[in-house]
Amino acid sequence: MNARRAAWLFLAPALLVLVPFFVLPVLGAFALSLTDYDLYALADIHNLRFVALANYWALLHRPLFWAALGHTLYFVAVGVPLSMAVSLGAALLLHSPLARCRAFFRTALFAPVVTTAAAVAVVWRYLFDTRYGWVNHALGWLGIHPVDWLGDPHWAMPAIILFAVWKNFGYNMIIFLAGLQAIPVELYEAARIDGASAWRQFRHVTLPLLGPTALMVAVLTVSGYFQLFAEPYVMTEGGPLQSTTSVLYLMYEDGFKWWNLGTASAVAFLLFAAMFAVTASMLRLARRRGWA
Amino acid sequence: MNPRLARALVNGLLAGGAVVALFPLLWMLSASFMPAGAASTLPPPWWPAHPTLGNYHALFVRAGMGRYLLNSLLVSGAITALSLACNLLAGYAFAKLRFAGRERLFRAVLGLLVIPAQVAMLPLFLMFEYAGLVDSYAGVILPGMATAFGIFLVRQYARGIPDELLEAARIDGAGELRIFVQIVLPLLKPVIATLAIYTFLTAWNDFMWPLIELTGQDHYTLPLGLASLAREHARDSELMMAGAVVTVLPVLVLFLAMQRYYIDGLLLGSVKG
Repeated sequence: MNARRAAWLFLAPALLVLVPFFVLPVLGAFALSLTDYDLYALADIHNLRFVALANYWALLHRPLFWAALGHTLYFVAVGVPLSMAVSLGAALLLHSPLARCRAFFRTALFAPVVTTAAAVAVVWRYLFDTRYGWVNHALGWLGIHPVDWLGDPHWAMPAIILFAVWKNFGYNMIIFLAGLQAIPVELYEAARIDGASAWRQFRHVTLPLLGPTALMVAVLTVSGYFQLFAEPYVMTEGGPLQSTTSVLYLMYEDGFKWWNLGTASAVAFLLFAAMFAVTASMLRLARRRGWA
Repeated sequence: MNPRLARALVNGLLAGGAVVALFPLLWMLSASFMPAGAASTLPPPWWPAHPTLGNYHALFVRAGMGRYLLNSLLVSGAITALSLACNLLAGYAFAKLRFAGRERLFRAVLGLLVIPAQVAMLPLFLMFEYAGLVDSYAGVILPGMATAFGIFLVRQYARGIPDELLEAARIDGAGELRIFVQIVLPLLKPVIATLAIYTFLTAWNDFMWPLIELTGQDHYTLPLGLASLAREHARDSELMMAGAVVTVLPVLVLFLAMQRYYIDGLLLGSVKG
């Protein structure tokens, strides 16, 4: 068996999975978004019609689509910086030479990451309970009045953001920690000899050298947070008053509750486009400013 | 700042963070042993005053949680084993075997990482609808059998294998498959462990695709079973906590046992650029 034939034989199983079950469906999704595929077409394919960009046009005139996009952007714009700040804070604490029992703290802080989102979302639904939940009980110790977290359209998304930060900060914490450990100790020594305070060392040594790591973490977290779905599905069912309906939740309802698969595909592509636009402009901005 | 104060501050903040991270999980465990209604009292109780296994009994005997548990084990186990095979073969081929168009094909595979999986889900559902695979184990397993991320991870690791080792085996007349099984696989052990635990956890926790693909309860995995129970029994918090324990505990234990490999994978995977 020559090497070239062996190579293609080795690649064959993976390509036979990726091409029919991922590449073709992605191309198919675009084709589907140009049709009016619905329950009638599902029953009889002859009812299918080509509608060109009509699905996209209709979506751009549908208030619920813009609302869902707004909720998703709210989740990304508040959730990502908050998650990253908590991750960086936790990484700095773990990296501090003063920290004790580091292995234990690292594991404890990371544990929420590996838990099942749908299951811990159920747990947090009870923690957010207005009357009996621990969140309001703990706020009560500080003298803060109970908040109707999941029942009030103004508080439902912040509640989901708090949950997402709790669930996800450990992941980026590990990446930041590795970034901190890669900074040469000599740089801090040199800064100390020059009389730099702890804050100035952080500002002028740690932050600039962590720049590329932070950029990568930001891009990965933004694309992850755009895919908000299980949290609203389990905690709020998109409510109250559709205040937690994300773009993917809308896609799921359009596609599998109302069986408008053509519209739902257009929603999926617009989400992809929004995600791509945001992450690409982050990368461009970072390059222009010389952060990475 | 006074060094003792600084030390107390750093460790105090870490301890506070650990409490916040672990409290929901510990409360879930504690409330799962409370009799119905006990968790919904004021002030919220820390411990079960009269611990009971009644919730677990109800879950497995009446709510079919045993079936969901077996489904989850089957689906996640199959995805892990099959995707390991596919990703290892392909990752090694991209790293060490020469063929025309290798770099271009690999870049195409990397490009797939940018596309969110949800874009493919609607046509995939239709494909499976026409193929009669909706509401089947195969429908959940098939799309997970190879991943661009897994191929990338194996390739990064396999690039470290010295070419001389493979050449020597070829000169001795060993076939490519034998070289792969007898020489390459033992060298890839760490990345196999990493990829195995990562894939298993991802498959176990997966929610959206199984939710779309599995239309009947017979094939439900644990997250789906729990989410549907939570919609029916919204007020039975103690029962739901027991269900969450059954769902979360297996992956948490697996993670604790293989933590090093999981974290290695996380770090390897995050240096994509």
